[in-house]
Amino acid sequence: MLQEASRRGPEINSARTDATLGDVAAERGTKRWRTWLPVPLANLICLAVHWFVSKTESPAETRSYFVFLWNFLAVSFLLAIAQLWLPALRRRMRQAGPIFAVALLTLCAWELITTGFRLLPLPYFPSPAGVFQSLINDRALLFDSTWHSLVLLLGGYALGVIAGLISGICIGWSTPVRYWGMPILKVVGPIPATAWIPLAMVISPSAVFSAASLIALAVWFPVTMLTASGISNTRASYLDVARTLGAGRRYLIFRVAIPAALPSIFIGLFMGLGASFLTLVVAETVGVKSGLGWYVSWAQGWAEYGKVFAALVIMAAFFSTIMTVLFKVRDRVLVWQKGVIKW
Amino acid sequence: MVAAVANEASALEVREVTKSFPLPEDPAVRRLALDAVSLSMPAGELASLVGPSGCGKSTLLRLIAGLDMPDSGELAVGAELITEPNAERGLVFQDPNLFPWLTVRRNIEAGLVARHVLHEKRHEVDEFMRLVGLESFADAYPHHLSGGMAQRVALARALINHPKVLLLDEPLGALDAFTRMRMQDEVLRLWQARRKTMLLVTHDIDEAIYMSDRIVIMTQRPGRIERIIPVNLSRPRDRSSSEFLQLRSEILELLHFAGGVA
Repeated sequence: MLQEASRRGPEINSARTDATLGDVAAERGTKRWRTWLPVPLANLICLAVHWFVSKTESPAETRSYFVFLWNFLAVSFLLAIAQLWLPALRRRMRQAGPIFAVALLTLCAWELITTGFRLLPLPYFPSPAGVFQSLINDRALLFDSTWHSLVLLLGGYALGVIAGLISGICIGWSTPVRYWGMPILKVVGPIPATAWIPLAMVISPSAVFSAASLIALAVWFPVTMLTASGISNTRASYLDVARTLGAGRRYLIFRVAIPAALPSIFIGLFMGLGASFLTLVVAETVGVKSGLGWYVSWAQGWAEYGKVFAALVIMAAFFSTIMTVLFKVRDRVLVWQKGVIKW
Repeated sequence: MVAAVANEASALEVREVTKSFPLPEDPAVRRLALDAVSLSMPAGELASLVGPSGCGKSTLLRLIAGLDMPDSGELAVGAELITEPNAERGLVFQDPNLFPWLTVRRNIEAGLVARHVLHEKRHEVDEFMRLVGLESFADAYPHHLSGGMAQRVALARALINHPKVLLLDEPLGALDAFTRMRMQDEVLRLWQARRKTMLLVTHDIDEAIYMSDRIVIMTQRPGRIERIIPVNLSRPRDRSSSEFLQLRSEILELLHFAGGVA
């Protein structure tokens, strides 16, 4: 007994010091509650509402959502316990907890509005349970569609970025290219890429290829514009310094102008990414016979709105993940800007 | 190739140089910035260029660097005419102009990379970082540096090319008084160690007297050389000695006069 107690002693001590060493804010009771309570609480509300509302529906259609909520609840309890010993986890939970709680309550409200009080016309606005079920049932096709969208998006985006960087650098650096290139850019660039769809269908041999080139076109314009402006706005004194250090033209372009233009180039990359999402979905809706855009219009044709919403959920996750990846790339590349510019 | 005579030949020659710029409001009209300026500097000299603002000091420096071309007259380092910027004439601005996307080490290396000699001369990078006392900041980015540290990096970056002539355009102008005096000593130490020909543009007469062998006084626009005053004080100089102060009031008087005419 005694041995065991002494063996445990330091452990308990360390746990205690750990707790006291945590954020000062955490020491106040309310803060501590806020760390772990909101998510399980919101989850319980969700479960209760769902249990109440779904009594009228067949269990086969709502089971997945039920399982999902229970799993979520279990995980949130496990995290609530784990955070007692993990300060890093605690900090993250305090950060993200309220957001997750509100997200769950939104699901709950959605369920109340749809299957609960039937405030919205039914086939068009399924409950979260229905959407979740569609997501699970049709996962193979959804996965396949996401994959096709990803390939098409990345292909078109890469093409557009490469073309945009090359034309942007040329226009930004060379005065004659600027003279001739800028009018083309100004006249052709603002046409939405989707407006070219009828023409692209006629010209191109395959729908996928024409969709990729339309995405590339949509990306090309903002990337070119912002690369050119970044390059031509390179501080003259950087170029002067480089020249007195013995730099030739290659150095001036690739080691001074381009790095100096990178913040601007990244704005173009973000704008291009937004344009590429739009073009992707439109192209898939009207021409390409695969991908998430196609899936949405196909499901709509069969009036399976659960699937439509399921595809929208996937799109949200898919596009925001790609956006996040680009943000991470930017943070890595522009690490030298840390503390200089925030956007 | 002619390294043996380099020292003798590295004297800087400015002969009858005239330079004008178009007016921003009316590009058809050109305003004279430098009017027949001639200056000869022996190798290893440290000279200062002082004068009222707008007298063309920076213009002259840019011409010597080769960043601009004169309307007439010629500039030469030794026997070589200056036609374009190159690594033989380093230039340090008031704003350090460090490349913000490069670390301190990479900034200092920039000249070697630009001349494609990084591979052979990599060992010199550490030497120059030690020279300006920034070894421990090798991996810091410029925005982390104080003004004085950034200017030391800029000096190291210019010096790593072993320029024959080092041009300093108010390099200490943006620093606070204490950092400034410390940096003056540091620049002097670098100059004494390497015996570069150095031309320093400054607004600060104390700085000019404290540092230079000769002080070149320029007139208000269009810039002409008003007078060249040798500073015959022994080094290290005492900023409060009577000779120092006397020279100071002499130059002040001259500058006031120069400013009053225009």
